[in-house]
Amino acid sequence: MTRFIVRRLLVTIPVLLGIIFIVFALARLIPGDPCRAVLGERATDAVCNDFIHRYGLDQPIPVQFGLYLQQLASGDLGSSIKHSQPVTELLVERLPTTVELTFWAMFLAIIVGIPLGLLSATRRNSIVDVGTMVFANFGVSIPVFVLGLILAFIFAILLKDTPFSLPPSGRLSSGVTVIPLVQVWGLKDLQGFPRGVLDFLSGIYTFSALITGQWGAWLDSFRHLILPAIALGTIPMAIVARITRSSLLEVLGQDFVRTARAKGLNERGVVLRHATRNALLPVVTVIGLQIGGLLSGAVLTETVFNLAGVGRTLVEAITGRDYVVIQGFTLIIAVIYLTANLLVDVSYGYLDPRVRPH
Amino acid sequence: MVAPATAGPLIGDPLAVAKPSNLWRDTLGNVFRQRSAVVGMVILTFLVLVAIFAPLIAPYDPNQGLLGVEEGVQKRAAPCIHLLGCAADKPEHIFGTDGNFRDVFSRVVFGTRISLTIGLAAITFAIVVGTLIGSIAGYVGGWADNILMRLMDVILAFPSLLLAIAIVVALGTGLDKALLAIGIVSVPIYARIVRSSVISAKENDYVTASRALGESPRGILFRRILPNSLTPLIVQGTLGIGTAVLEIAALTFIGVTGALDAAEWGSMIGLERSQLFSAPHIILAPGLAITLPVLGFNLLGDGLRDALDPRLNR
Repeated sequence: MTRFIVRRLLVTIPVLLGIIFIVFALARLIPGDPCRAVLGERATDAVCNDFIHRYGLDQPIPVQFGLYLQQLASGDLGSSIKHSQPVTELLVERLPTTVELTFWAMFLAIIVGIPLGLLSATRRNSIVDVGTMVFANFGVSIPVFVLGLILAFIFAILLKDTPFSLPPSGRLSSGVTVIPLVQVWGLKDLQGFPRGVLDFLSGIYTFSALITGQWGAWLDSFRHLILPAIALGTIPMAIVARITRSSLLEVLGQDFVRTARAKGLNERGVVLRHATRNALLPVVTVIGLQIGGLLSGAVLTETVFNLAGVGRTLVEAITGRDYVVIQGFTLIIAVIYLTANLLVDVSYGYLDPRVRPH
Repeated sequence: MVAPATAGPLIGDPLAVAKPSNLWRDTLGNVFRQRSAVVGMVILTFLVLVAIFAPLIAPYDPNQGLLGVEEGVQKRAAPCIHLLGCAADKPEHIFGTDGNFRDVFSRVVFGTRISLTIGLAAITFAIVVGTLIGSIAGYVGGWADNILMRLMDVILAFPSLLLAIAIVVALGTGLDKALLAIGIVSVPIYARIVRSSVISAKENDYVTASRALGESPRGILFRRILPNSLTPLIVQGTLGIGTAVLEIAALTFIGVTGALDAAEWGSMIGLERSQLFSAPHIILAPGLAITLPVLGFNLLGDGLRDALDPRLNR
């Protein structure tokens, strides 16, 4: 098993290098003048020359790439040209929104998708089954941003002034704040990496407000997350439901299930204790594979619901030609994605002895 | 086609010769037995007809602002259908009008053309390039395989929409650039499919036999090996067009393609996004329109998979 993991890690290295190169090249390929994109159309040549020199943009491309690699090796992602703020700081600020959003979306997809799939497999061709499959087909076909807008329309406009009304934008209502962890725990003097980690965790409002008992703020941040999480979670939910259904149907046809039934186990025990456990294997894989789709969807969800997350920041950076942010954020996203795929492979080897190499 | 279920003699005529089975007819029969494939085909046929006859269906020019052209036209007017009780003195716009006094229904109808064309073209591009890469990687093997497939891994390591956004911005604005971007990000999946079926097919005895008969490597690849990847390519390609339609709409919705004024579903929504609260029809009409082709391609793709791949019979 260790050898399997190590080999899988080694294969990742050239891919990672390739990613770094592509990210760097794409950022350079984006046409337009970074100086005037940042400082405005009327910046003088002298100011621009100084600007370009300061960010090393006058060096030959291979030299720039070398410098970039060197910088990366020391854990520095550079400073945003536009926000004049280190990219790592920007990440600590923006990543929690995306993490929180994707977490709740995935949570929703799993706690609704798996039961739906199990239910429709055990009641094949019933109304529940047909309904679930119709929902699953629509769920994967409706664009994330259209669903988001429809949800906002229903819950913020049609149901306005009812108990079901939900906020269509932002992370917290105005006037509501979540007190950061360093402040609650009296660690204001903390610096460097630990501080970054704590600030990052503080940014995940539904987590930090929960562990520090800020109930009002927790509820407010949670209410703001419901619509975006549904919008983002519907596609994976539909996929999870479908895979669970087909996987359970397949398992229910196998010999050991017949044996369990022959032993006189009731149907409930057969399905829950014997079949489900085996049926969930492919579901785990599929869940892991959804991460990439979720990150794509997060860009759209954040745009629709006005959330300053990684996706929206990246789109803004691309259109604003903020090379440093494009590189840093894309790299982080690709690394997250790569890690998720790695975990899927490893967990698969762990869960299913047959794919484990000897 | 499914044979009509006519009541015949219960015992077959012993002298009748069994009809030779025909690969194409059998396959088609299998496809038509899949409910989802049939529903998908109905939806797609409808959309193709709408796309072809768009000028006849749409009551207005999709790009013409009607201010000063039509009497009584209002900006972002709510849908007005005379049959459903809308005042007869108001101009009829069944999906209302948008912020530039244009007929939303006509724009949605013409949008079918753009989405279907780009989706089809992007996936055709991806299949051609993917087949090329996959067959070289699988047939040549060795370092070529390694380099090409690692390159595919790198592309797959990015969330597809983000990579597509970056490519569009790098290539410059325009719907043709969006097409290319979506084509590029879709290549790896086809390359992988072709590669794996080439690898599993090239060790077969019939391939060795053709080689012994002196068939050229190109002939072996195209006539003996590649036909094996046809089924998965058709299935994946059908599903892929649906995804491509979604991605184009996403790109134009975000606005990176620049062609904001085109009668295209995603840009229609992106342009009027802020009007959700005052004129939701401008957003809902194209929004639901996008869902239709995606649903059609997904259903057809699922049906084709069940019909064409006997191993997956559930």
